[in-house]
Amino acid sequence: MAIAERIPVARMNPLSPPPRLNGRWSGFAHLLLARMKELVREPELIFWIFGFPLLLALGLGIAFRNKPAEVTSIAIVSNPGAQEIANMIQQSPQGSSIKVQILERTQALQAFHFGKYDLVVEPDGRGGVRYIYDPSRSETVLSRAEVDDALQSGAGRKNPVPASSFVSTEPGSRYIDFLIPGLLGMTLMNSGMWGVGFALVDMRQRKLLKRFVATPMRKSDFLLALAGSRLALMLIEIGLLLGLGMLAFHVRVLGSLWNILVLGTLGSVAFGGLGLLAACRARKIETVSGIINLAMMPMWIFSGVFFSYEHFPARILPYIKALPLTALNDALRATILQGASLSSQVGRILVLALWGGISFVLALRWFRWT
Amino acid sequence: MPTAIQCRDLRKTYDGKIEAVRGLNLEIQAGECFGLLGPNGAGKTTTIEILEGLLQPSSGQVTILGHTWGTHTRELREWLGISLQETRLSEKLSVRETIELFASFYRQPRSSAEVMEELQLTEKADAWVGKLSGGQRQRLAVATALVGNPKILFLDEPTTGLDPQSRRQLWEIVRTFLRGGGTVLLTTHYMDEAERLCDRLAVIDHGQVIAEGTPTDLIERLGGHHVVEFAVSGGPDTDSFNHWKALPGVDSVRHEDGIISLSVREPHTTIPALLDKVRTQNLQLLHLTTRQASLEDVFVHLTGRHLREG
Repeated sequence: MAIAERIPVARMNPLSPPPRLNGRWSGFAHLLLARMKELVREPELIFWIFGFPLLLALGLGIAFRNKPAEVTSIAIVSNPGAQEIANMIQQSPQGSSIKVQILERTQALQAFHFGKYDLVVEPDGRGGVRYIYDPSRSETVLSRAEVDDALQSGAGRKNPVPASSFVSTEPGSRYIDFLIPGLLGMTLMNSGMWGVGFALVDMRQRKLLKRFVATPMRKSDFLLALAGSRLALMLIEIGLLLGLGMLAFHVRVLGSLWNILVLGTLGSVAFGGLGLLAACRARKIETVSGIINLAMMPMWIFSGVFFSYEHFPARILPYIKALPLTALNDALRATILQGASLSSQVGRILVLALWGGISFVLALRWFRWT
Repeated sequence: MPTAIQCRDLRKTYDGKIEAVRGLNLEIQAGECFGLLGPNGAGKTTTIEILEGLLQPSSGQVTILGHTWGTHTRELREWLGISLQETRLSEKLSVRETIELFASFYRQPRSSAEVMEELQLTEKADAWVGKLSGGQRQRLAVATALVGNPKILFLDEPTTGLDPQSRRQLWEIVRTFLRGGGTVLLTTHYMDEAERLCDRLAVIDHGQVIAEGTPTDLIERLGGHHVVEFAVSGGPDTDSFNHWKALPGVDSVRHEDGIISLSVREPHTTIPALLDKVRTQNLQLLHLTTRQASLEDVFVHLTGRHLREG
C-alpha cells in the first residue's frame, strides 16, 4: 500500500507550489499595500489630497505677499500751479515712493473713488493745497500724511527732531508664515476625515466590509492598515507643504522636524478617529459627506486656518481652543515658526489626544461592519 | 456522512416586525451541493447570511462542521469560502492583487496562480477589476472564496445577471470544487441551475421550507413528470375544468393566461383523450405542447406563484 499512498491525490495542477503559510502580519501588510495602490491609482484623489493645498498655499502666498516697497498713487487736479506741486513732491526725499498724475477734477475724483488713487491734491492757485481723502480707507490716510510730509519738506521745512528709520521685514511674521502651518493643519483634517470616513462608507456601500469580515481577516488589522495608509500620506503632505513654503516663500522652519511629525501624527489620529466616528453607522456616501462637512465647517471658520481666531469675541475663545483643528494649528505654528518644544504645548496635545481617543472608542463600539 | 451545516428552528425578525425567516430547519451533508430555491424576498439571503455568521438570528441554532458561531468564529472563517450577492471589489486593484489580498487573510491559502488558472482568470491576472466583464467579476468573486481552500463554499445567487456561457462556466467551477470533496450551499431563483447543479434542494417561501428533496424527488412529488399545455377557443369555465381533470392520467389542472396546463404521468394516454374531448365539445384547439415537468411547476404547484414573480 506504500506505493499507492505515495501517489498524489489528483489536485488541480501537479506543478503547483507547496501550500504557503501566512504569518501573523500577512493580512495587515496586504491590506496596507492594497490601500496605497488604490490611492496612487486614483488621480482625482491625488489632486484633492496633495494638489489642492499646494495650489491654495501658492495662490494665497502670492496674493498676500509683502510688496517690495509701498508706493502711493495720487492725482493732482489740473489747476494752475499743479505742475509745480508735482515737481516739488517728486524732488522731495519721499518722491520715489509717490506716483503722481495730473488730471481733470471730475476725472481725478472718480478714479479716487474707484481706488485707483489713494489721494487727490487740489492746488488752490495761491501756493496752497487741499487734500481730498477718505478716513475710512486707511491707505488714503497714510497717503495724505506722506504727501503732506513730502510737500512741507520740499518747501523747505526743517524737522526739529532729527530722525532716521530702519526697515524690518523678517520671515516668520509674514502672512505666508501664518498660512503654511494653518494649511497644513487643514490638510491633515481634510484628508484624515475624508480619507477614513469616505473610504469606509464607500467600502460598506459596496459590501466590501461585509466581504472582508466573512474571511478570517482581523478587524484590527483592517483598521491599522487604514491608519497606516493615512500616516504615510501625512508624511508626504507635511513634506510637500513645508517644502513649498521653504522653497517658494522662504518660510523658516525653526522647530525640529521630529516635533512636527509627532504633531502631524497626533493630528492624523485625531481626525482619523473623527472620520471613523462619522462613518461608523452611515450606509450611504451622502450621509457621511453631510456629517463630515457639518463637523468640519466650524473648524474652517473658527480654527484660524486663514486668519487669526483672536478676532472672535473673547467669550467664545475657550470653545474655539477646544476644537481639534485649533489645537493642531496653534501647535504647528508654535513649533514651525517659534521652535516651541512639545512639552510647552501639553494642553494642545491633550486636546488632540482626547478628540482622537474618545472618537476612536465610540466609533469602535458603534461600528457596523455589514 | 458527517453533517456540514445544520440549523434548527431558525428565526430572524428585522426591527421587531418584518419576519424574514420563520422557523427554518436544514441539514446539509458534507460533500453535497445543496440549493436554497425561492423567489426574491423569500428569505434566502437572510438564511444564508445567518449560516455564514454574518447575521445574528433572532432565535435558533446553527452548527457548521460541528462548531458554532461565537465560540469558534476564527476556525469557521478559515473553513468557509463565501461569495456574497453583489460585492463590488476594489476597481483599481488587479485580479491578481485582489486574490492575493484575500489569500493573505488565511493561514494556509491556495496559490493564487492555481486559483486563477482554475477559474480561467489567468489571462486577466493584471487587468484592473474595473475592466472586467460581469462573468469575469463573478468568477473573481468565487476565486476570492476559493483561495482560502475552504471546506464549504457559500454562493448567494452566483449567476444572477450573467449570460448563459458565463453561467455554465460557473457551474463547472462549482462541480470542480465538489469533485475535490467540498460542500456547496447556494441560493438561486433559477430552476435550471438548481436542477443541474444541486444534489438536494429546499424550496423556500415566506421564510419557511415548503418542500425539500432531490430535484427528481420534488418533480415526482408533483405527481406527473410531464406537462401538457393547450388552449381552446371559447375559453374555459369551471365546468370544463372538471372535464380536463377527469381525463386519464391527469394529476392536476392549472389555468393561466388562457393556457390550460395538465400534470400528467403518461402523455400518450392523455393526449388522444384530450383530442377526443375537444372534438366532442365542438371546441377548437389553438395550441398544444408537452414538456418535462420542471421545478418551476413544482414551485407554482406549491405556492400558486411563479418564482420570478416574488
